Amino acid sequence: MLTGRAFKFGDNISTDYIIPGRLAHLRSNLPELAKHVMEDADPTFAARVKPGDFIVAGTNFGLGSSREHAPLVIKMAGVSAILAKSVARIFFRNAINLGLPVLLCQTDSINDGDKLEIDLKAGTIRDITNGNQLKFSPIPEIMLHILDEGGLLPYIQKHGGFKL
Amino acid sequence: MGKTLAEKILSTKSGSEAKAGDIVIAKVDLVFVQDVTGPLAVRQFQAAGFKHPANSLKVAFFLDHAAPSPGYELSNEHKLLRNFARETRSLLYDVGQGVCHQIVAESLAKPGDLIVGADSHTVTAGGLGAFASGMGSTDIAVTLGLGRTWFRVPETIKVVLSGWFPDGVYGKDLVLHLIGRIGADGATYKALEFSGDAISNMSIPERLTVANMAVEAGAKVGLFPADKATGNYLSAQGRKADYQSLFPDEDAVYEQTVNISLAELEPTVAKPHTVDNIALAKELKGTKIHQVFIGTCTNGRRDDLAVAARILKGKKIHPETRLLIAPASRGVLLAAIKTGYIQTLLEAGAIILPPGCGPCLGLHQGVLAAGETCLSTANRNFRGRMGNPESLIYLGSPATAAATALNGEITDPREVI
Repeated sequence: MLTGRAFKFGDNISTDYIIPGRLAHLRSNLPELAKHVMEDADPTFAARVKPGDFIVAGTNFGLGSSREHAPLVIKMAGVSAILAKSVARIFFRNAINLGLPVLLCQTDSINDGDKLEIDLKAGTIRDITNGNQLKFSPIPEIMLHILDEGGLLPYIQKHGGFKL
Repeated sequence: MGKTLAEKILSTKSGSEAKAGDIVIAKVDLVFVQDVTGPLAVRQFQAAGFKHPANSLKVAFFLDHAAPSPGYELSNEHKLLRNFARETRSLLYDVGQGVCHQIVAESLAKPGDLIVGADSHTVTAGGLGAFASGMGSTDIAVTLGLGRTWFRVPETIKVVLSGWFPDGVYGKDLVLHLIGRIGADGATYKALEFSGDAISNMSIPERLTVANMAVEAGAKVGLFPADKATGNYLSAQGRKADYQSLFPDEDAVYEQTVNISLAELEPTVAKPHTVDNIALAKELKGTKIHQVFIGTCTNGRRDDLAVAARILKGKKIHPETRLLIAPASRGVLLAAIKTGYIQTLLEAGAIILPPGCGPCLGLHQGVLAAGETCLSTANRNFRGRMGNPESLIYLGSPATAAATALNGEITDPREVI
């Protein structure tokens, strides 16, 4: 069971909002890079986010660059899952590969600061603040297996390759 | 049942009857990384315990995003990639050789290939009929080690192009129009497949521009058939043997069809801060522009510089506007010198940057000031993309860019040609 607070964002949060190209020189220094997570979308996010919290967004979250540093700095901030109405393809794979759950669901009823409780196995999201119960779309099976192992590297180390 | 181009290529590469919705494990032909995603891919490759890239793979390293490096941190990353490329006997394209996607098109991609790159604009090679898709560093690291990766076989949106472009209208206007119509997530997880009677007249550079921006609609790939023009392009690059024709089956099944009559298109511009926020160039007349950028994997090819040079020949750009030009590859720069385009552009007041990504992603070369506007031939206008979240980015064709540089405000190129 995952519990934490919701940090609400809008539609089309690009990888430039999450971690912009102007910080490419910090990619060799991940702790330093991570201090800038979501900086251009909400400059106060990095200081306020606590381990376990959730990013809750609208449509097309993570569009743009293939930079895996985007989900990486979100994971490093302690975010335990991203909830969005839809998510861009490369970002989706990247997050799952790092063991960071991305849950597709209707996010309109969730408000900024709401306390959420997520049951990954049951596929349910409980908004403790307003009492709403939501369901997220099933994660594709191969991605679920990668997520279950904690990411793509542990998955490959265990299986030696992809298993269908 | 017939197959789309995506289904055909993924069937061949997975050794199965791949249909939309299936998950397949497919053999990859070419894997490449660039200098700001490559170092993480190398670290993940090593962390996974891999020693050598799979023998079956062609592997290429490109130093193009920070070319040449603006600071020691990126210089150190370049050094790591150079060493790894040499140790693994991979292809290394060092700073100054150009943007990965341009070089992949010029020298490496062929019709029917399965290509993955650690860069979202890997889709560019779809212009040559290759299933080419961007991935993150860990996916690339694992593909490098295994020679294979998994794909969900995409549903395909068929884009039927008819007629021909009016003067002053180009592939860039077409793809901006398409993204405006279907939206920045209109093709998420899907393939875009281009067809129709206009295709056979479209040059390969024009197709590369269109395929390049498939990802701006969320697409996994943007695929053109491989036809006579593809064969001629490969022959001109000394790669005649790499050609095979590739068309979808006539009874292929498409999720939806979008029809576009090229004759009805007009010079089109994407406004800040999303690529699907489009308007006609003429509707934005009077919008002051401080910097114009011509270049990138979208529009930094010889034909693009030719269009700009024709508009600017014998003229001077607006005194309050800077014009930056980054040829997409060394080959493009050499051709543009030979044909006199570079001299024309310099005389008009342009700054010529080294072949590479230039200011497109905001890490060097022409970072905008607060409140400044840029009209760029690149593919993204996200807030902060060019290094300053307080600046505004518009996207347009090389013709619109050159006309805008001339007038210092967004200008429909038909006013000056």
